[in-house]
Amino acid sequence: MNEPLNKKALPKEEQALLDSFLADNRLFLGPDPEVMRNHSIAPRTAREDEILKKGLDVHQVHHIRGLINAALSEAFQMVNQMGAAPGAKWGDLVTGIFTNSGDLAMIAPHGIIAFAACCFYPIKFIIKYWVDDPTVGVKDGDGFIHNDARYGGVHNTDQSMMMPLFYKGELVCWLSSTIHEGENGACEPGGMPAAAESKYDEGIKMSPFKVVENFQLKRDLVTFLQNSVRDPKLQLEDMKVKLHAVMRLRDRIVAIMDQYGKDAVMGTLRSHLEDVEVEMRRRIKELPDGTTRVNAFMDSSLRENCIQKISLALTVKGDRMILDFRGSAPQFLNRAVNTNIASFKAALATGLLQNIWPDLPHTMAVLSPIEIVSDRNSILDAEGEMPQAMSLMPLFKACVIWTIPMNKLNYSLPHRYSAVIAQQYDQAATFIYGGLTQHGDVTGNFCSDINGMGQGARSDCDGEHSISPVFGFMADSGEHEINEEDTPIIRLGAQRLAKDRIGFGKYRGGMGYEQIATMRNSNLWGFMTGCEGSMFSSAQGLFGGYSCPSYQLCKIKGINIFDELKKDPKIIDKWDMLSLMNEQPIAGGKYSTHDMGMTFELCQEGEIYMICQGSGGGYGDVLERDPQLVMKDLEEDLMSHDLARDIYKVVYDEKTLLVDEEATAALRAAYRKERIARGKPFDQFCQEWVKPEPPAALPYFGSWDNLQEIYATTAGQRIKMDSDKLQGAFMLNPKDLRIAELEAQVAALSAAKK
Amino acid sequence: MNVLITEYLRINLDTENYECRRCGKVLVSARENYKKGLLVYDRDPREIHKPLLDTSKYERTYSPNPQWCRILEYYCPQCGTMMEVEYVPPGHPPLHDIELDIDALKVQWKDRPEVKEVPIGPVPPRRGHHHHGHSH
Repeated sequence: MNEPLNKKALPKEEQALLDSFLADNRLFLGPDPEVMRNHSIAPRTAREDEILKKGLDVHQVHHIRGLINAALSEAFQMVNQMGAAPGAKWGDLVTGIFTNSGDLAMIAPHGIIAFAACCFYPIKFIIKYWVDDPTVGVKDGDGFIHNDARYGGVHNTDQSMMMPLFYKGELVCWLSSTIHEGENGACEPGGMPAAAESKYDEGIKMSPFKVVENFQLKRDLVTFLQNSVRDPKLQLEDMKVKLHAVMRLRDRIVAIMDQYGKDAVMGTLRSHLEDVEVEMRRRIKELPDGTTRVNAFMDSSLRENCIQKISLALTVKGDRMILDFRGSAPQFLNRAVNTNIASFKAALATGLLQNIWPDLPHTMAVLSPIEIVSDRNSILDAEGEMPQAMSLMPLFKACVIWTIPMNKLNYSLPHRYSAVIAQQYDQAATFIYGGLTQHGDVTGNFCSDINGMGQGARSDCDGEHSISPVFGFMADSGEHEINEEDTPIIRLGAQRLAKDRIGFGKYRGGMGYEQIATMRNSNLWGFMTGCEGSMFSSAQGLFGGYSCPSYQLCKIKGINIFDELKKDPKIIDKWDMLSLMNEQPIAGGKYSTHDMGMTFELCQEGEIYMICQGSGGGYGDVLERDPQLVMKDLEEDLMSHDLARDIYKVVYDEKTLLVDEEATAALRAAYRKERIARGKPFDQFCQEWVKPEPPAALPYFGSWDNLQEIYATTAGQRIKMDSDKLQGAFMLNPKDLRIAELEAQVAALSAAKK
Repeated sequence: MNVLITEYLRINLDTENYECRRCGKVLVSARENYKKGLLVYDRDPREIHKPLLDTSKYERTYSPNPQWCRILEYYCPQCGTMMEVEYVPPGHPPLHDIELDIDALKVQWKDRPEVKEVPIGPVPPRRGHHHHGHSH
């Protein structure tokens, strides 16, 4: 907001009157920057200070922490077992406990870190605005709901239930439960509309409001929410599930207070936060002072291909750590891949706790001592009006981006808290779906395959295959049978590791698996996919390891595989993507490959859609890979012989897989010489190679050689902006561009005829 | 005293130089960008991430697009070890990815014993496995 012109100081009393008038007459309680831009834990309250100064018994604190952990875990299990959302079944959920100031203290051990790391924003909003509002208020038995990420949250598919816990009249703490519900009434089914061109295409946007009184859901409000989404059964069922899980959690915490007193619980929550912050500063201080950097290049807005740079400089000085994202791409006015900075920070916390220091307690206090700098109106610090329904794109990057620069800072340490690891695959490679089920119900959601991303290679071993989603180390990839009971999706091929799609290295990245899907028994069904990385590799290798390859969406349209199988049950020899696409066994099918960003598209019965999860990045020089590990990959049919020879330079017998060690060593030595012969000294190379600006033909967003100059293409024109004055880029409709391209071709052909 | 910086790089605190951990080659001053001491090669990504689908049938074949993405490979000039790779759009300036405060590093390591081999981090406990002891 601009300051009014000619602002004059008012006398004190008048200023107070004006402030009070303005506070009472706010037109709209939108997302509050004071809440949303602060990721650090609040200062101790007077109560907390009093409790902590009295002193806590550390053994009792440890005991209470264990009891709270068990209670959180129990509530997590309840949601996991009873939740109706596909995400709930596979563990895309969390339960959490917050101090009475709203700071996230602890989460369920298996839960999704980022969900909880976002919940403290809406709780702080409720504390700031609703507690003293006579029309709302906060009392025992109340429950609040929220889904709009602009008030805190990862994205609007996630719905939370937040409950204050009063004990003997005092607000002691807050409890929450969050599920990735999926469907939310957006312009595309499933809740993650890449087609959203404004925030008003994103479906229902719940600011935090009271939906529970006296521990009961308010049916009028539930009905309003059901009326706003495609899956009213899901909406009701999971609101009940979250409420009752939080109530069970409440019972357990009350029982702990009955036994130990509320001061012990309040003191435990606060000391837990403070201890984690102290430990973070201690670890930061152990690191060498200096700056390490990484760039990530995202290659799609999910509507068109374009390069969006994420630039990170990670600086340590003493016990200070600064993550500087300035120089990153600007926000898009009409594309869904923006995120607000609060969600981005929650994803950074996830990355820290999953890939860097996973042994730390899962609390927001880990991020508390870290300073985070960004350009306002950049893709990772977008304004509230920007669409951000597919914020997953920059958020998944945030989960992995500091893996590389942190390893470059902490490799030297005499002591290590976790593995040195390359980046995990970071794309949401799963089918999002919507339509009418075989039971006649309307639905929209996504498949659990999102949880099968390959992990990066480590300094001492290969990465794990399809281990977890990049955002939740304990989430499961689900049973296809359950999905087939609920939806008309039929799996023709699943969980086959994607052969040859490897992040190569001394140790290779864990690989992703293939997903081959079709539809049966529905009159109206469709799929979408929301991934980048079809032009530019996404998961980065470490210390000379290669990144993962690029990935494609493959389709076989215009056929009905069920009719084909009836005619000839042996028509498909092997359900793998490469053979299906290269051999084209079904005559008359229209075979095509595409980017992995596909907006919602209708699928006819028996048409085939194929994607795969990706590989994590590789670690170290490929020439140092133990030839026996190369043979193992061949034995396990993860890799073809030409890659064993060309990439790893191993000499062996293809039939017996016996390695000729001497010949391999000689081949590798010769290849090292080849490298030396073809490599150029750095300065000479840069003189020849570095260009003053991005290639004219490349739609490029972000800085190039100067972090203060940001390139973008808006309304078809390349522009350059100062980084402190970023404006959103307006993207032309890809269909308009295609029409213009075809019209030009028609004109050229007509002219040639004449 | 050497400080191990990556799988392939170390800093010799006495001479303040980056050295190759494989062959000992002195690369460049530790106060410079270590890449200045290496050889660079601009690699077409299709040579590493080879097309897996028939290129006569399809435009997208699992290879990164060479007009969008290049692989910069960095080699030790003496032993040819590939110390680093960097995926960038064509013509993008290489990143100065490691810039340490050498004076602070010297102070930090004054009382630390030299590390010859980096420790492996602890493996997280798994369901169904019992872990006795702890590597901390």
